[in-house]
Amino acid sequence: MKIHSNLAVSDSGFIFNPSNGDSFSTNLVGAELIRLLKEGKSLTEIKKEITSKYEVEPTVFEKDYEDFISQLQDHFLVSND
Amino acid sequence: MSTEKLKYERPAIRKMNTGLMNKFGTRTEYAPFTHIDGVAVKELIHKYGSPCFVISERTIRKTYQNAVRAFKTRYPKVQFAWSYKTNYIDAVCNVFHQEGSWAEVVSIFEYTKAIQNGVPGNKIIFNGPEKTKADLQIALENNSYIHIDHFDELYDLIELTQELKKTAKVAIRVNMDTGVYPMWDRFGFNYESGQAWNAITKIMASEYLEMVGLHCHIGTFMLDTNAYAIAAAKLSDLAVNIKYVFNKTIQYLDLGGGFPSANTLRGEYLPGPDMIPSIDDFAEVITSTILNYGYKKEDLPLLILETGRAMIDDAGYLLGSVIANKRLSDGRRATIMDFGVNILFTAFWYEHKITPAQEFSSHTEDMVIYGPLCMNIDVVRSSVTLPALNRGDHVVVHKVGAYNMTQWMQFIAMRPKVTLIDTNGESHIIRENETVKTITEPERMPEHLKTFNL
Repeated sequence: MKIHSNLAVSDSGFIFNPSNGDSFSTNLVGAELIRLLKEGKSLTEIKKEITSKYEVEPTVFEKDYEDFISQLQDHFLVSND
Repeated sequence: MSTEKLKYERPAIRKMNTGLMNKFGTRTEYAPFTHIDGVAVKELIHKYGSPCFVISERTIRKTYQNAVRAFKTRYPKVQFAWSYKTNYIDAVCNVFHQEGSWAEVVSIFEYTKAIQNGVPGNKIIFNGPEKTKADLQIALENNSYIHIDHFDELYDLIELTQELKKTAKVAIRVNMDTGVYPMWDRFGFNYESGQAWNAITKIMASEYLEMVGLHCHIGTFMLDTNAYAIAAAKLSDLAVNIKYVFNKTIQYLDLGGGFPSANTLRGEYLPGPDMIPSIDDFAEVITSTILNYGYKKEDLPLLILETGRAMIDDAGYLLGSVIANKRLSDGRRATIMDFGVNILFTAFWYEHKITPAQEFSSHTEDMVIYGPLCMNIDVVRSSVTLPALNRGDHVVVHKVGAYNMTQWMQFIAMRPKVTLIDTNGESHIIRENETVKTITEPERMPEHLKTFNL
């Protein structure tokens, strides 16, 4: 699973997909996840970073992460290569 | 050195559609609803559990006083009677009785509750289609107002009063065409067909029945004030004719209930508060119709109102918590709450306003809100826009004071506590939550079913 590298992400969570013109809004944690995914971080690395920064249990985050990835898939923002 | 961690919100993303109508409507809430009458929602849930109902005594009194003002500033003789079926928790009834409300009951169960609450028998209005001879006898002995629903009941009462040689104070319930659809004609005697007049004639000819009032209840959640003008005119027509034909003055006209609350009905385009006429609008049409009808000053009837929903809905809140989040096969967000249609019966009629009880970010999601029941019908909101809710987050459902605490079902789950916040900001339990014992105690096990081997 890989997030499209050409996505434009603003600090406030506005996302623009230049390949088809779609735009999205995401919340703070969502924007942070997209940034980390663009940096090519693994789930283990992302989990470590998020749980050290936010008040969240690793198991809760892991569940939410899976859910978020499926949302990105629904919006064609990730590819499975 | 440890640094404080940031508040976490479940990551969420939504596609932006420029220029398209959002089929989920406008965003539901912009601010968390953290306190009810100064008491923290978090504290209430900690103390009484989740879910739980909360009633604001202050709101009941304020709403009641406003309704009384709307009518009494326009008409000299007004009496409210608390509609027990809307919410018959004793503490709630007593707030209304303290404010001066009589009791309006529709079964011997409700009648008994009113008596146990200390309402004098002659301040109880006994409505409803089911009154046995034994029920009628109790009402007769207590000198209550008996509102006759059908001829069978009328004949029962004639027989009973003759046996006991005691006079009953009666009114008839009149159904009529007030221009609204559907017309409520299953209760009482019809005006247009002459059935109501036949009943009146029968009562006037009865030795022990005293015709004191005329009653109607034209519908529920009425959005048209004009229907009440028609109802008041038709009842007045009967009252004036009774005076003319029998030289009998009708003491009161009871216009029943049916005023809406500010809830949004399912399928309604605009939010409830933008749709409903105010209590002053209803008061204006009813009182001006009666005042202009041509009664002699001394014959002007007492105006009785049995307003239920509009008096109590705003005062009720349901506090609940998020059990789980999931996504449906079509990608929609689904949030499962610890309350469902079993205790929020009005979710079948209303798009209930639901507000998170804690801080949230500006990001929202379109979601379906389900209850905890293992039943497909358990949908609290089929589409609502709310912030990303985490498991365990609390929410407040607004305007749930009417009918939920009487029509709720003991189904799959048990019913929660009902609490009341008094005018000093103190909270009280006014109905305990059910336990397994509450449910199993009335059950009986036949001897041969007591044991089994698996």
